[in-house]
Amino acid sequence: MSKDIIAAIKKNVIQGRKTQEDVGIDDNLARTPGVVELVQQALEINISPQVIITEGLTAGMQVVGEKFSTKEYFIPDMLASAEAVGAAMDIMRPVLEAANVETKGKFAIATVKGDIHDIGKNIVAILLKGAGYEVHDLGVDVPEEKVVEFVREEKPGYLGLSALLTTTMTEMGVVIKALEESKLRNSVKVLIGGAAVSNEFAQEIGADAYCVDAFDAVRVLEGYQQTG
Amino acid sequence: MPRKGILVDRPYERLTREQVELIHQASMQILTDPGLISFNREAVDILHSHGAAVESIPGDHQSWQVKIPEQVVLSAMNSAPKTVKLGARNPDNTLIMHGDEPRVYLITGSETNIWLDVDFPTYVNKTDPTREIRVPEFKPRRGTVDDLCQSAHVCEHLEMVDGYIRTVNIQDRDITEDNKDVNKFFASLNNNTKHFMSGLTSLKQLDNVVRMAELIAGGKKALEDNPIISFITCLVKSPLQFVDDTTETFIEVCRRGLPIVVSSSPQAGTTAPIKEAGIMAQINAEVLAGITLGQLVNPGTPVLYGSVPVRARMDTLGDSYGSVETSQYNIDCVQIARFYGIPNYSTSGVCDPKIPGQQSSIERLFSDIVVTMSGPQFLHCAFGLLDCNSVFCLLQAVLDDAHFKMIEFFLRQPRVDQPELETMLKQIREVAATPQKLYISYIRPLLRSGEISGVYPFEGDGEADDVFELAYERMKELLARPVEHIDRETTARIFEEIPGILPRLNIYESGS
Ligand code: B12
Repeated sequence: MSKDIIAAIKKNVIQGRKTQEDVGIDDNLARTPGVVELVQQALEINISPQVIITEGLTAGMQVVGEKFSTKEYFIPDMLASAEAVGAAMDIMRPVLEAANVETKGKFAIATVKGDIHDIGKNIVAILLKGAGYEVHDLGVDVPEEKVVEFVREEKPGYLGLSALLTTTMTEMGVVIKALEESKLRNSVKVLIGGAAVSNEFAQEIGADAYCVDAFDAVRVLEGYQQTG
Repeated sequence: MPRKGILVDRPYERLTREQVELIHQASMQILTDPGLISFNREAVDILHSHGAAVESIPGDHQSWQVKIPEQVVLSAMNSAPKTVKLGARNPDNTLIMHGDEPRVYLITGSETNIWLDVDFPTYVNKTDPTREIRVPEFKPRRGTVDDLCQSAHVCEHLEMVDGYIRTVNIQDRDITEDNKDVNKFFASLNNNTKHFMSGLTSLKQLDNVVRMAELIAGGKKALEDNPIISFITCLVKSPLQFVDDTTETFIEVCRRGLPIVVSSSPQAGTTAPIKEAGIMAQINAEVLAGITLGQLVNPGTPVLYGSVPVRARMDTLGDSYGSVETSQYNIDCVQIARFYGIPNYSTSGVCDPKIPGQQSSIERLFSDIVVTMSGPQFLHCAFGLLDCNSVFCLLQAVLDDAHFKMIEFFLRQPRVDQPELETMLKQIREVAATPQKLYISYIRPLLRSGEISGVYPFEGDGEADDVFELAYERMKELLARPVEHIDRETTARIFEEIPGILPRLNIYESGS
C-alpha cells in the first residue's frame, strides 16, 4: 500500500498533476488523485515525510529534470511538476516542523526597486519551491529597507534578487550594502539574476552567486546544501 | 480518405474580377488572331474538324496556322472536369482537386540533370589551429536511378509532400531513350506510395508505363478508379506553337483518359511580353488551346490548367524563378484557372542559386508563401530544386518540408467564437486573481496537441548555424526508415511483362 502511494506520487510529479483536476500528459489519469491528494493520503497512513520527499517528490523531479534535458519536456511541464511538489511541501511543512526535520531552508526573492519585471523571478520562485525550499516572494519594485527588514525578522538562509534593467541593477548593490550595515550580510547567501546582470557584476557588488536561469539557481543552492 | 493538403481560407488575389475577364477576352482574341502555329498534323485535323480555321504555312517544317474560335474553346472548357482525382498506391495519399476550392497539394519535381551531394569537411583556423569548424560542401554530379530511388524514398517520408514528380533525370550508362520511362516510373512507384506524375521520354513507352500502373493498381478498371499515375506535357511552346512530338504524346494520353497537365512555360521578356498583362493573356491562350485539344480528343478527360510562367534574368536571359515577378505571374494564373473552375498546376520554390544557402532559402520561401496563399490545387513547389530547375539537393528538400510545415501552420483558420471567448474570459479572470499572474499552466494541455507551432526544427545548441548538419541528420534518418515497396508478386509480374527495367531495381532478386 505505502509503496503504491509513493509510486503514484512519483508518477504524478512526473505528469505534473498537482490535484485531481489537472490534466497530465497521459490522458488516462483524468480525475485520479494528484500529488496533493496522494500526499494527504500518505500522511494519513503515517508514511514518513522523508520517504514521501525522497522517494516520491524528489525522485519524480529527478525524472522530470532528465526529460527536460533530453528535450522531451518543456518549461511549462517543468513548472507544473514544480508547482505540484511545491503544493505538497506546503502540506508537509507543519509535519516536518513538528518532527523537527531539517528542511532545505527559506528562500526570499524580490525584484529590486524601480523594476517591475517579474516573469523570471516568478519562475525561479516556482522552481525553488518545487525543489523543496520554503519560498517567500516579496514582489516587485521592492525597496532595500523592506528586504533588510524581512531578513532580520524571518532569517532566510538565502536571498534572491532580480533586476532586468541596467538602471535598476545597481539597486542590488544597495541592498547588499544595507545588509552589511545592518550586520545581516553573513546570515544570508545572496543570489542575483536577470537579463541585466552577470557573473562579473555579482563579484563587483559582493553577491554570493550569479544565476543564469532558474535551473542554475537550483544547482547553486544544492551546492550550498552539500557544503553546509 | 484523401490527403488534406492546405485549405486556404481566403486566398490572396492580385487581380480584380474585371482584370481576369479582360485577360480572358484578350486570350480569346489571341486564339483567332494570330492563333497558334501547329507542327502536329493530327492536332490540326482534330481542331479543324471542330471548326478551327486552318492554313498551311510554307517552309521546311510542315506547319499550319490554326485559329480557334471562342465558341470551340468555351464548349471544350465545359466538358473539362471541374474535379480531378489523382490516385495513389496508398489510397490514403489520394488527391482530390476541385477547381473552385483553394486546397493546395504540395508536389515535388521536376527533373533536374544534376544531383547535389553534401559533405561536411572540417576546416582549421590558420591563426589558431585549435579552432576547427565543419563547413557544408556541395558536390554536383549527374543523376542516376539510385538517386531517384533515394529521393522517392525520402519524399515518401516528408510529411508535407502530397505527391511525387521525379526530381532527377536518370543518366546511368545502361539507361537509353527506350528504357528510361519504364525505369523512372518503376523506381519512383516502388519507393513512394504517393501520387506519381511524370512526363514521357518516348511515346513508344506509354503503353508499358500504363500497363505497369495497371498491374500495381490491380487492373485496367482499378487504374481508372484510382489513377496512381498522371502525365505532364508542355505541348504548347511559347509563343503559341503546338510542338509536334509532345502534342502527339498529349493526344495519346488523353485517349487513354489518364489525368494530364497542360502546361505552358513562357518566359517574360523572351518568349512572352515582359509586361504582366501580356504574358497573362498569352499563357492563358496557350493553356486553353491545349485543354481545348484534349477535350476534343476525349471529352471529359481529366486535365489540369498548368502554368509555369517565369521572368527572364537580365544577365543571362535564363529563367529567373527567384524573381518576384515570377510569383506574381503564378498567382495571376491561379486566379485565371479558378475563373474557369479547372484545377490549377502552379509553381513556386524554385530558386536561382546553385547551392543551398541564404539566397536559396529566401527566394524559395518567398514564393512558397505567396503562391500557396493564392490557393492553387496542385503546387509544384519544387522541393529541393536549385539553379533554376537544373540541380536537385535532397538536403534542401528536407529543409523545404520543414518550411512548408510553417506555412501550413500559418494558414490554419483562427478559432474565435463565443464558446472559445467564454473559456478565455474565465482563464483571464482566474489568472488575474493569482499572485504570480502567469498563464503558463494553461499551455500544458496544448503542448502536445499540435496547436502550438514548434521551434525551428534545425536549430542548433550553440552559436553556430547548424541548420545544414541537422537537416542532413534528418535526411539520413528518413533514408533509414523503410518504405512500403510494391509486393513481391506484382514486382515479378512487372518484370515479366514489361521489358527494359534494370534488374538491379528488383529488390526481391538483387538481394538489396
Ligand atoms: C517581458 C519584458 C517586459 C514586460 C515585463 C512583464 C513582466 N511581468 O515581467 C514589460 C512590458 C512590462 C516590460 C517593461 C519594461 N521593460 Co522590459 N523587457 C521584457 C523582456 C522582453 C523579457 C523579460 C522576461 O520576462 N524574460 C523571460 C524570463 C523567463 O527571463 P528572465 O527575466 O531573464 O529570468 C530568467 C533569468 O534571468 C534568471 N533570473 C531572473 N531573475 C532572477 C533572480 C534570481 C534570484 C535568480 C537566481 C535568477 C533570476 O532566471 C529566470 C528564469 O530562467 C526583456 C528582454 C530580455 N531579453 O530580457 C525586456 C527588457 C528587460 N525590458 C527593457 C526595458 C527598457 C523595459 C522598460 C523600461 C520599457 C519602457 N520604456 O517602459 C519597462 C520597464 C519598466 C520597469 N520599471 O521595470 C529592456 C532593458 C534594457 C536595459 N538596458 O536595461 C529589455 C532588456 C528589452 C530591451 N532590449 O530593450 N518589459
